Amino acid sequence: MPLADKVCLVTGASRGIGAAIAKRLGEQGAVVIGTATSETGAQAISTRLTEEGVKGKGVVLNVTDADSVASALKQITEEFGVPLVLVNNAGITKDNLLMRMSDEEWFDVINTNLSAVYRLSKSCLRGMMKARWGRIINISSVVGAMGNAGQSNYAATKAGVAGFARALAKEVGSRSITVNTVAPGFIDTDMTKALSDEQRNTMLSAIALGRLGQPEEIANVVSFLASDNASYITGETIHVNGGMYMSQ
Amino acid sequence: MSSIEERVKKIVAEQLGVKEEDVKNEASFVEDLGADSLDTVELVMALEEEFETEIPDEEAEKITTVQLAIDYVNANLN
Repeated sequence: MPLADKVCLVTGASRGIGAAIAKRLGEQGAVVIGTATSETGAQAISTRLTEEGVKGKGVVLNVTDADSVASALKQITEEFGVPLVLVNNAGITKDNLLMRMSDEEWFDVINTNLSAVYRLSKSCLRGMMKARWGRIINISSVVGAMGNAGQSNYAATKAGVAGFARALAKEVGSRSITVNTVAPGFIDTDMTKALSDEQRNTMLSAIALGRLGQPEEIANVVSFLASDNASYITGETIHVNGGMYMSQ
Repeated sequence: MSSIEERVKKIVAEQLGVKEEDVKNEASFVEDLGADSLDTVELVMALEEEFETEIPDEEAEKITTVQLAIDYVNANLN
């Protein structure tokens, strides 16, 4: 088992890509801690992990609250050990054209999608440094690379986490800690279901493979990056978008 | 209970992967003991943990030798 008994922390694991990542890491032998913002959500993750035969549980964690991060990390470390794989997946959208965007829409998205990556990575890094091994994997988006009208806040955070990964990769590389980014394209989740049919059709026509991606297709790449097979990849952004956007 | 000096030297040896007998009082972490910038941060964090204290960044920057670390702990503990 490539990830046997490694404690993996996946934020935003209630549904969509996060849920698929939690499952896939669990199948690789990891102890998976999935976070949700509510007690009911955490309970649902615990139940699902148990049904899937995965070790670990769901915990309540508000990624925008430093105290919540600290107490959740303490609880996880005491119960399971230090997380050596961190998947920064939790994310939200609050789309609006910039001319109409409120401060609240801007800062909520920055706080949940970008500042949370800072908070979580910093909290987990100490344990990884001591272990002389670690994996931080940020979930970005194709939108961070190619842009999308109405998503200036979201795109800024998604480009931001990739830059963050490149800088941190240089800081902690000497400790065998890798920091990478996975940039999904148009994936079949609740987040993309919120788009209108017109938006959906326009995007579909731009995808070389001609279909939406499945959350499992993102989870496969994340589990590869978490494994020792990816030990020489760091600071990299891997695009997983069916040919919707091809970086040079 | 070992003395502060012994405790500091033990941590330095552990963190920097050097022998305790090489950890002389006058030794500089970077020049004599081969520490890089990340090592020095880790060292300060380990000292904070051992002595249950918080070392502010501007103080941490000045702790460049074993003796300076011992002095800092002596001056700021109790």
